[in-house]
Amino acid sequence: MGNKQTIFTQEQLDAYQDCTFFTRKEILRLFYRYRDLAPQLVPLDYTAKPAVTLPYELIGSMPELKDNPFRQRIAEVFSERGDGNMTLDDFLDMFSVLSEMAPRDLKAYYAFKIYDFNNDDYICKSDLEKTVNKLTRNELTPEEVSLVCEKVIYEADADNDGKLSLADFQHMIVRAPDFLRQYLLLI
Amino acid sequence: EDKEEDESEEEDNGSQQNRASRRKNYQRKNRDGKKAREEGSQKKDRGKTAPTKDQKESENKEKKTTKRGKEGEDKQKKDRKNSTSSASSNSSDEESLSEEELAMLKEQVEQKKKLISTMRNKPWRMVKKLSVLREAQDFVEKFEGALGKGKGKKLYAYKMMMAKKWVKFKRDFENFKTQCIPWEMKIKEVESHFGSSVASYFIFLRWMYGVNLVLFGLIFGLVIIPEILMGMPYGSLPRKTVPRAEQATAMDFSVLWDFEGYIKYSALFYGYYNNQRTIGWLKYRLPMAYFMVGISVFGYSLMVVIRSMARNANESTADGDDDNFIFSWKMFTSWDYLIGNPETADNKFASITTSFKESIVDEQESNKDENIHLRRFLRVLANVLIICCLCGSGYLIYFVVKRSQTFSKMQNVGWYERNEVEIVMSLLGMFCPPLFETIAALENYHPRIGLKWQLGRIFALFLGNLYTFLLALMDDVNEKLAEEDVVKNITHWTLLGHHNSSAGNDSTVTPPPLDPADVPRGPCWETTVGIEFVRLTVSDILVTYITILVGDFIRACFVRFVNYCWCWDLEAGFPSYAEFDISGNVLGLVFNQGMIWMGSFYAPGLVGINVLRLLTSMYFQCWAVMSSNVPHERVFKASKSNNFYMGLLLLILFLSLLPVAYTIMSLPPSFDCGPFSGKKRMYDVIQETIELDFPLFVAKIFSYVANPGLIIPAILLMVLTIYYLNAVSKAYQRANAELKKKMQMQREEEKNKRNNKASTNPMLQDLEDLLTPSAKTESPSKQAEDKKTESPDGTSPVRKPGRGEILHGSPMAGGRGAVLPPPSQVFVTQPRTLGFRAPYPGQPRPWGHPAGPVPGRGRGQPCY
Repeated sequence: MGNKQTIFTQEQLDAYQDCTFFTRKEILRLFYRYRDLAPQLVPLDYTAKPAVTLPYELIGSMPELKDNPFRQRIAEVFSERGDGNMTLDDFLDMFSVLSEMAPRDLKAYYAFKIYDFNNDDYICKSDLEKTVNKLTRNELTPEEVSLVCEKVIYEADADNDGKLSLADFQHMIVRAPDFLRQYLLLI
Repeated sequence: EDKEEDESEEEDNGSQQNRASRRKNYQRKNRDGKKAREEGSQKKDRGKTAPTKDQKESENKEKKTTKRGKEGEDKQKKDRKNSTSSASSNSSDEESLSEEELAMLKEQVEQKKKLISTMRNKPWRMVKKLSVLREAQDFVEKFEGALGKGKGKKLYAYKMMMAKKWVKFKRDFENFKTQCIPWEMKIKEVESHFGSSVASYFIFLRWMYGVNLVLFGLIFGLVIIPEILMGMPYGSLPRKTVPRAEQATAMDFSVLWDFEGYIKYSALFYGYYNNQRTIGWLKYRLPMAYFMVGISVFGYSLMVVIRSMARNANESTADGDDDNFIFSWKMFTSWDYLIGNPETADNKFASITTSFKESIVDEQESNKDENIHLRRFLRVLANVLIICCLCGSGYLIYFVVKRSQTFSKMQNVGWYERNEVEIVMSLLGMFCPPLFETIAALENYHPRIGLKWQLGRIFALFLGNLYTFLLALMDDVNEKLAEEDVVKNITHWTLLGHHNSSAGNDSTVTPPPLDPADVPRGPCWETTVGIEFVRLTVSDILVTYITILVGDFIRACFVRFVNYCWCWDLEAGFPSYAEFDISGNVLGLVFNQGMIWMGSFYAPGLVGINVLRLLTSMYFQCWAVMSSNVPHERVFKASKSNNFYMGLLLLILFLSLLPVAYTIMSLPPSFDCGPFSGKKRMYDVIQETIELDFPLFVAKIFSYVANPGLIIPAILLMVLTIYYLNAVSKAYQRANAELKKKMQMQREEEKNKRNNKASTNPMLQDLEDLLTPSAKTESPSKQAEDKKTESPDGTSPVRKPGRGEILHGSPMAGGRGAVLPPPSQVFVTQPRTLGFRAPYPGQPRPWGHPAGPVPGRGRGQPCY
């Protein structure tokens, strides 16, 4: 490939290509997207692997994310320390999982984490309530919200423990007709 | 989460074994020891970096998944270095094992490679992935050379290189393929702003463009271009010449705009083609080609539509299971992550809210239906009103077409009279759908059902219009046919008279031929029909574009800029911005395609016009959507309704096939224009070709095959086959439904059972657990767990009270504790299945070997 770039070494690029669903070009494009968020912070040379972390405020203001009600959760789930601040690796991870090529199981795994607000590895009723309120911008009455949550638990909770485990969630979500189309971010 | 549990258990088992059963097996011990070491180091890391749970979890996962590889690696290293620390190792069999070792090594290398290729599917952090990847790559590089040494290292290296190249090539090819899909980025852009529902229209448009491109290639490549290149030139024949009377105005724009004049006498229309059997030095059989292309246009379209329908059906049945997860899917898959602008997001929020409300209402009122009489009355009323509208519009069109026939006989008619039919039809198409929508408000249907009704009604309107138009056209054709008989005689006598007169003057010299422009000619009904279709198509294009310009763009500009100085909020209030009308647009597209199918036999150039239309439509509508529309309020599930559109398309295709087939089979072609002139019926061209160009026996076979005695049984057979296949598919469907019901019942039963279990006395349950034979197995795991809790993990002090509560199956809220699997069954049953004290409960065996004794490894195996 003709054009020379000095951001990554060839090995780095190859490794990234093996670890994500992206081509070389897309990785570079993602890098530039990342860099454009904070040009003064991100160096143009990543061969030495600088430990640069962008704060959540910058990540969440990307046009792809800024209207997403779950943007904070997405950033938290994909960030290394769970605080929403992202390194380039996290950034690539996020776009890779939300790319078109990613398989259902991988997407389902991360979707589960996104909806698991309190990080207890179960989607419990409070998580569901938060989800509904985020999705509807608090337009529903509390009774309606709790009805919806009860219905969801009734439908999807296979082992009847009153909350959704990862297995329940995957069982339910991989059957959704639009699942693969919905969890997409395009670059 | 039981994975983590397993992990801890196995770790502790390892240490226990270290203490208690040291001599058991060095392999396993080593592995465990190594594990423990790793665990320890990781723990340190954790301590340093204040770890989050998911990080840990992912690590655990990773360990679980890479265990095979790692174990293999560890073991391999150990075997190689012969550094078995355990006392009970006998290294004498090292050499004898080398063969199996090699095989194992190879397997491991394969596994590593598999790991590398599936690295991107692993839910780990990038750092983890990178390091594991590096490790795996190093391993592969280190050992695959050694492996290859035995049997031609070069070949192996070459193979590897080729594999790498192949992967790279595949990747590049994949990129190339996505780049080759036209308008992918454009549609994605629309999709990212408007969600997938609007994009579905553009995908449909693109699909249509592809189909039309193929049709265009067929018609242009096999009919129009051969005619232009090899056929007789313009002016050589009466049918290829503008008549003397029209020549003065034949180049005027107003005439050309009506597709009269020079355009009428061009290769774009049926009448231009000559009935000469072969043309040019290629001896190209143009009439035959014309006929076959006309047939194959329909054949290809049918095939494509049905194939894509079948594919859609396959996809949609693949994700059956519809009504089980209504709320769950709404909750977790309703947000389209592609939405990237605030307006779309607002709309999406609104639509999600309404859809939730709808479902809640459905849920609450699924049983009761109050005042059913009023609703029924309203629905009947609405249907009556709409049928009245449909009949009225049908009659209006019929009336207008009749009138236009009388107008066409008069001389001085204005622009309006000439274009009355098109104007009326376009106006109907513009105003009836909103009217229907208003009336449909009476019915108070569920919006989804209401939308289907609406689609059906608009479709009926279009269809009714189309068919009234066709009937009127048929009248026209019949009139023309009657007229033709008269003209035929006149032409005959004119030609004869001319011949005689010139023959009388000078019998030796051939008479100077009559100028083709002067020959009196018939009305050529085929070209008339073709012109009618082309005009309708063009006016449809214009109306569509003008509607978009005025209704969307100008409105958007008005709302946007006049809003600064207006009494009320224009953007939120009355005019607001236009929505993208998906259903209307799709139906317009389908309807237009029907016109193309019908008209293309009489006007081969029509497909070219349509290709241009679809092309411009793509850009124009993309621009209009992006610049001046807001998304549809009623979200349209693209995946579900696509087949509905295809069904409409199929219906239109079938309906447009009928009139064409009728004209081909039962109307006589014009005597002086078109490729079939002089024949009794158009299909005679096939018989002619068979008789003249094929050997005799083919003609014989053909005549046998065409015998009604053979055709009727064949049709019968096909009908019976359809009946049989239909019955079979119904049976499958029933079986499917039955199975689904069974599954549902089982699920319910399971739920109930668990419910009961959970609600029974916890004491009883404890007792039950104690009484089971596996009670013994529980104690080590319990111990293990306790140990784990005490272990210097630093993260899980919450787990202390764990055991008792876990047994009761009560969920532990918050913190680390909830990571535990709440139902006790997991603990009890897992060791039970594997036997007493299996160190790796629920783990796949290393390398996925069968459980039997494996040579070379069996020595150190624990006795199960």
